Amino acid sequence: MPTDRELALKSIIYRRELLRIIKNAGAGHTGGSLSCIDIISVLYNRILRVSPATISDPDRDRYVQSKGHSVEALYVVLADMGFFPRQLLDTLGRAGSHFVGHPTRKVPGIEHNTGALGHGMPVAVGMALGARLRKSAFRTFVLVGDGELAEGSNWEAAMAASHYRLDSLTAVIDCNSLQISGRTSSVMNSEPIDEKFAAFGWAVRRVDGHDFAALAEALKAPLAPGRPSAVIASTVKGKGVSFMEDAASWHHGVPDDAQYRSAMAELDARLAALGGEAP
Amino acid sequence: MSAPAPGMHSRDALGVAARLGLLMGRPNTEVFSETLLELARADRSILAVTSDSRGSGKLTAFGTELPDQTVEVGIAEQDLVGVAAGLSNAGMNVFAVSPACFLTARALEQIKNDVAYSDRAVTLVGISAGVSYGALGTTHHSLHDFAALRAVNNIVVVAPADNPEARFAVLAAAASPVPVYLRFGKASLFTLPVGDAAFAFGRARVVRPGNDLAFLATGETVIHALLAAAMLAETAGLDCRVVSIPTVKPLDSGAVLAAARECRAVVTVEEHMVNGGLGEACASVVARAGEACALAIVGVPDEYTFTGSQADIFRHYGISMEGLCATALSLKGRPGASA
Repeated sequence: MPTDRELALKSIIYRRELLRIIKNAGAGHTGGSLSCIDIISVLYNRILRVSPATISDPDRDRYVQSKGHSVEALYVVLADMGFFPRQLLDTLGRAGSHFVGHPTRKVPGIEHNTGALGHGMPVAVGMALGARLRKSAFRTFVLVGDGELAEGSNWEAAMAASHYRLDSLTAVIDCNSLQISGRTSSVMNSEPIDEKFAAFGWAVRRVDGHDFAALAEALKAPLAPGRPSAVIASTVKGKGVSFMEDAASWHHGVPDDAQYRSAMAELDARLAALGGEAP
Repeated sequence: MSAPAPGMHSRDALGVAARLGLLMGRPNTEVFSETLLELARADRSILAVTSDSRGSGKLTAFGTELPDQTVEVGIAEQDLVGVAAGLSNAGMNVFAVSPACFLTARALEQIKNDVAYSDRAVTLVGISAGVSYGALGTTHHSLHDFAALRAVNNIVVVAPADNPEARFAVLAAAASPVPVYLRFGKASLFTLPVGDAAFAFGRARVVRPGNDLAFLATGETVIHALLAAAMLAETAGLDCRVVSIPTVKPLDSGAVLAAARECRAVVTVEEHMVNGGLGEACASVVARAGEACALAIVGVPDEYTFTGSQADIFRHYGISMEGLCATALSLKGRPGASA
């Protein structure tokens, strides 16, 4: 299991890689991928009991990325976990490639096809119910965006998860407070998210979504017996590249050559300060 | 006191049915629930997932006997289909049951993405389908489901015509490696003559031979085509073929082309809008093969749907023995037709 320092290095290396593949493809959801990359990193590096060797094991942990548009972050982590060769990331967006702009099961390691918002929560509820029916101990994690919570199907699933007391289910809310049109608070305010989930019967914890230790602590076990867990991760859209941070325009912005060089230089400097180097 | 509502079949039609020796069966939904219970007793991975639809899905007995194989999601069709996909991921063989009108409209995106695109071999069971809910009105009708699901990749669309077709469809769906949509109505149904072909997805069944005209029908309309064919034999000396097409997708294009080539006149019949359903699917097969035949598509036209019971609506749109006889006799270009 990677050390805290290794996670910190990966955090930068993953960011370099997702920017590289987005730049190479000429398209991608840059801001959201940068806001959730640390969550996905902690899940795959510290929490999930799943690997290329166990991806067909019925008792593997499940991860569903409901905010499917941030797929570049997932691709980068899955490549690092060895689910497929890193070189395949260069096919992102190319004709005939399975590496499209939202997750599909054609890509090794991906559990469920997503992209239309509001779908992951019901599917994750089904997985968690399935674990109970099969008497399996696997846990199910679903990553949801804060803007995505405007989709009503999330709340159908939130009701069912609580009704069935699915404590093997954890929803992580990537609260970057921005969506494509602007501030989530002005487009359609989803706050107070914690009170909403609590009112639906979930155990709730707010964490810093870029703090590996806090994320790992919140995700290592269900927050409360007999209740589904909602980990509300406060994040920064575009996190890690100064000029991309907290700007709705980077929702699916693709850096031009100068911006790309500038972003990479910033990440390389941070990597060097930690004593690491780019692969 | 009002007069009792007229039944599905006229006195004349019932007479024809009696002369054909047809026996009245039960609603397909009952056959579905019995067959599913039988399968689920032997296979604990089989689940019935319902959206407050146990009563209308005839699944009360199933839920009582196999509570651990029953999942209730409440009145939440999007959740129903998403949960079904998740349960399938966890290794369960899921039958998700909901009125067809809600299942295939409200949860269409879940069907498209979470079941079909994600390749989860869930069986979606649309109950009280077509205009089964009759006078409850258009909110409760599913006259769009063939069209919607024909346009979705990786799903089989099945509308059984009688109890044996319903039973076979449930058995085939349970064993299917791909997603299946089953469409069941509420009415009791005559059992069709056995016909020439065993049931299999993608295969049509010729339930009556003939080369003067072919009725290509699906679901609960097939019986009306059969009665019309028998009536046309009695009164007009016509030998009309009747083909039951339980699988609207994938369509048995061989059976459709055989009808077009051998009969030169085809009447399609469906409890669905004429847009995008069985009739247009058959027309497409015929046209793309470079064939030409006289064709009538009988279904519900693109208009504010006539109100009344399922029988009233069927009669209004000519989905009846009398209506189909009239359509057949008036079909322009039909061999032997006067005009």
